[in-house]
Amino acid sequence: MNSVISNNEIAGQFPILKQPVHQDKRLVYLDSAATAQKPLAVIQSMNAFYEHTNANIHRGIHALAEAATEAYENARTKTARFIGVADARQLIFTRNTTESINLIAYTWGRKFLNKGDLVVLTEMEHHSNLVPWYMLAEEKELRIEFVRVRDDGTLDMRHYHDLLEKKPRLVSFTHMSNVLGTINPAKEMIQDAHRAGAVVVIDGAQAVPHFGVNLTDLEPDFYAFSGHKMCGPTGIGVLYGKMDLLNAMPPFMGGGDMIKKVTFEGFSTNDVPYKFEAGTPAIAEGIGMGAAVDYLESVGMDAVFAHEQELTQYAFNVLADVKGLRIIGPGADVRGGVISFTLEGIHPHDVAQILDSEGIAVRAGHHCAMPLHQRFNIPATTRASLYLYNTKADLDALRKGLDKVIEIFA
Amino acid sequence: MDDFYREIILDHYKNPAYKGKLESSDYEFEDENPLCGDHLHIELKTDDKGVITDAKFDGHGCAISMASADMLLETLIGKTIEDVKQLSKQDILDLLGIELSPVRLKCALLSLKVAKAAAYEMEEAHDDLVE
Repeated sequence: MNSVISNNEIAGQFPILKQPVHQDKRLVYLDSAATAQKPLAVIQSMNAFYEHTNANIHRGIHALAEAATEAYENARTKTARFIGVADARQLIFTRNTTESINLIAYTWGRKFLNKGDLVVLTEMEHHSNLVPWYMLAEEKELRIEFVRVRDDGTLDMRHYHDLLEKKPRLVSFTHMSNVLGTINPAKEMIQDAHRAGAVVVIDGAQAVPHFGVNLTDLEPDFYAFSGHKMCGPTGIGVLYGKMDLLNAMPPFMGGGDMIKKVTFEGFSTNDVPYKFEAGTPAIAEGIGMGAAVDYLESVGMDAVFAHEQELTQYAFNVLADVKGLRIIGPGADVRGGVISFTLEGIHPHDVAQILDSEGIAVRAGHHCAMPLHQRFNIPATTRASLYLYNTKADLDALRKGLDKVIEIFA
Repeated sequence: MDDFYREIILDHYKNPAYKGKLESSDYEFEDENPLCGDHLHIELKTDDKGVITDAKFDGHGCAISMASADMLLETLIGKTIEDVKQLSKQDILDLLGIELSPVRLKCALLSLKVAKAAAYEMEEAHDDLVE
């Protein structure tokens, strides 16, 4: 299938991609799994907010306050619809995926998990879906077990089912790995976990930006993702939760907006989602998130995914005969556009530095997934990650850059 | 760039003279740079006057961290433990002779941090050792 994304047209909508690096090198941005670049429409939506609409929300009576509140809530509605959620009240705006997962641990976890309860995670989680649970486990004396990752970078489903037999209270896993590119069979895993009686948290940071996600179909209990990896601004993220769970949870931070009434004796909490949104939120960023949703919908998530699949296949072909190169994770046909690799005898930092000198931005290190790197017995990898604005020319440039790396270290 | 991976740095990285283990050592320390997973172990052997008679490093990391360790140990033979304590960031930069970004600076200075922590016989190394 030919990609419906016309590369030049899409890349042209991202101002930063027109800017050379190191004086005269074309920027080849292959670090979208860390953060995505922003289209002009998103940048302009935030500028327009500050130029024409800026006011605090949910409190003023004046014209600007009403317009700002409407724009912010409109962004929430759009984002809910984008992930197949009819009731926008089920979306809590947070700073990012990390804060969303911490919110679950601090509120639901503290109230409903007890000493000895089992939490099931996987070996492919990044630090933000590990450390909040480690912290909670220490406080509440919980047990944590990890679903094994097989050598091909997929989860060991037999092991997953064995762990479910132990009746975990909570199962939390990534929809798509930020290192391996593995897309986990979320729907089936959620159904299995529910049958075992567990509450399910999905880390969707690498999923929502890259393919259509429908939570009405998936039915997780909680789902977390970030704006900045989906062409939106930094500082805004989402936590989706099932209404009965959100209602039963205590508030997260205390302050304005999360209360109904405050007296000298105490306070009563506001309704969902405001109960979890204390203080002035990231208003412009929320609106930027809404613009990012509009942008991605205008391209179409099926087209985004098809484009990335085509590029991933192309990347595998282009990298196939690079001497000493080993890609970690599944084959090109069953993964997203995240390609982590090692080059024999050359440290990823050196790879990244030489690629950078050619204008190619990749990530080097453990990508906030140290345990997963331990699992594969490698201290670090180089990661090239793709998005809708990347082209085959970007991957040809990567190949040329790697040839230079090998030449220098030969 | 071609400057960054100077021949001398690549040479120390590919053919390190001081990589390995000592049969016995008087000072040793190991640490990592969590940002990139570099790991470095340095051992120093001294005579009764505190003069360094042999040194080895072991570990894994990028060309900058490994070359800087090899170059540093080369200069330490014949120096005293007190001399190691006096080493500064600038000494390492002079050895490498390249400009480094803040991230790569951590790679370059790992050897200094580990060598000084060894000399001070520390339990745990701190970043202010390499200021």
